[in-house]
Amino acid sequence: MSRAQRRRFARIAILIGLVIGALYAALPVLWMLSSSFKQNTDIFASPPQLIPSNPTLEAYTAIFTDPVKVRFFLNSYFVSLSVTVLTLLVAVLAAYALSRYEFPFKRVLNMVIVSVQAVPPITLLIPYFGLIMFLGLYNSYPGLILTYMVFTLPYAIIMMTGYFNTLPRELDEAVKVDGGSSWTALWRILVPISVPGLVSVGIYTFMIAWNEYLFALTLTKTPDMRTVPIGIQLLMGQHSYEWNQMMSMSILGCIPILLLFLFFQRYFIGGMTAGAVKN
Amino acid sequence: MASASLPVAGAQQLGSPKRQPGVSGTVKATLVPYGYLTPTMVLLVVLMVIPIVMVIGYSLMDNVIMKKNPQFVAFKHYSDILTSESFWNAVSNTLFFTGVSVIAHLIIGLAFAMMLNTGLLGNRTKAIFRTIYVLPWLFTVAIIAVLWRLLLEPNGVVNYVLMASGLAGTQVEWLSQPETALFAVTFINIWSGYPFYMTSLLAGLQGIPADYYEAAQVDGASPWQRFVSITLPQLKPIIISMALLDFIWTTQQFALIWMTTGGGPLGSTEMLSTFTYKLAFSKYQFGAASAAAVIVLVISMILAFFYVRAQKARD
Repeated sequence: MSRAQRRRFARIAILIGLVIGALYAALPVLWMLSSSFKQNTDIFASPPQLIPSNPTLEAYTAIFTDPVKVRFFLNSYFVSLSVTVLTLLVAVLAAYALSRYEFPFKRVLNMVIVSVQAVPPITLLIPYFGLIMFLGLYNSYPGLILTYMVFTLPYAIIMMTGYFNTLPRELDEAVKVDGGSSWTALWRILVPISVPGLVSVGIYTFMIAWNEYLFALTLTKTPDMRTVPIGIQLLMGQHSYEWNQMMSMSILGCIPILLLFLFFQRYFIGGMTAGAVKN
Repeated sequence: MASASLPVAGAQQLGSPKRQPGVSGTVKATLVPYGYLTPTMVLLVVLMVIPIVMVIGYSLMDNVIMKKNPQFVAFKHYSDILTSESFWNAVSNTLFFTGVSVIAHLIIGLAFAMMLNTGLLGNRTKAIFRTIYVLPWLFTVAIIAVLWRLLLEPNGVVNYVLMASGLAGTQVEWLSQPETALFAVTFINIWSGYPFYMTSLLAGLQGIPADYYEAAQVDGASPWQRFVSITLPQLKPIIISMALLDFIWTTQQFALIWMTTGGGPLGSTEMLSTFTYKLAFSKYQFGAASAAAVIVLVISMILAFFYVRAQKARD
């Protein structure tokens, strides 16, 4: 075989490999999409139809016209956005201190923040249940928002500290020489130029909150407080499964993540693969 | 780092004349970082320190939350759990689920990353495939669970394909028979988790200098030799830290199991997480559940210790 032939052969082999991989990744997702446009009676039609023979928006209308189901989405958006804003706020303050100051117990605090990430949610769930009851936050937004921050905050602080560390100290020193406080330096100088880092961390935070299941399952009770992941499960609880609605709710449930991915792909990957936030 | 702790005292007084007199600049300066850290520390105490103290306390009482005056029972729950068959069943299921998932994630992630890193295809083609490959990442576990329940239904599309191609003679109830359920949930977890590896490994592959490979080619190394002596050693730090992270996460997986099999049938997919959850919220034995939760915590902390050590070695 000549060199050119070998290259062509290798190219074809890789393309075949890539296509097989793509089928593995995408077929289940395509099936979800297709099922969401089916009538529930056609879900298990034999032979299976990847392209529905009677496409219908029935499953989507059923969700949009049911206030209980719309509420799942509103709850998810409200909780996730609140968690994101609060996490960024608290994390920026902490990251500034960790990046710009030396103080006793800094190493200990760093260690605590890192190790908090490894604490299993199931371990925290039981005391949270007691704590949330005690605080009167059972089945409430603040209960969810507060507890979600235990997942989002450590990562956000670590990432933002790393980001601030890449910014030259001269920037905030200049503000102080001009008579500004460290507070001014943080909000007027560092935060505005840290937008890429904030976006990465924000996306990651939003995703964690949007996807959370265990706490939402246990710390809320009434349908009007349920989030999307639990809402999907509630559709499963009835006598007959509304598969088409579960699939349409799944599609609608991944839309915010999909949009974040499409518009912020660079930040998205940066945020997800730890330690990659560099400009 | 030292420069930050040396604020220009004169400038500060000039710039903020309204600050209380009497507090010297240095005292203020040492308090400043704690001011910024106050919200974080309050949250860490409320969300981490107090709950962990609580759960350890609960685990030593006979039945907290349900009883008004719980009695101290020392390590009774721990000895009950550590001698119960269902606990060790959950441990072995968790080990299988986690071990197979981590290895498969690594193999699939590396295979996809290497295909996407090829110089033989155009960047646009690779970008399209990369987007497709990331797809499972965009779905929350709850969605992944219902999707695969639909696919794996006895009269679902997976069985149809297997029967039509002659690989299966009858409809298999993947998630509801003890022989297949653990394999099925592991398979689902593999599908949902590989993109994380793929993206990280791809970044790692792109960071390997091209002249390493050129030099190897000049020396007449085969593709396999290049893979074993350049690619793997270069990726080793990433692989180790990701595998440990994945191991920690997968041992904690709850939603996927809960929404597909609920730990059944006959405990065949019971994991440490579902075992603990059921003790607390199905059987209302909060004391025993707390003991199980503490055991899970200890396991995670041991894994985290190795993770931190691997990270330090990497730096």
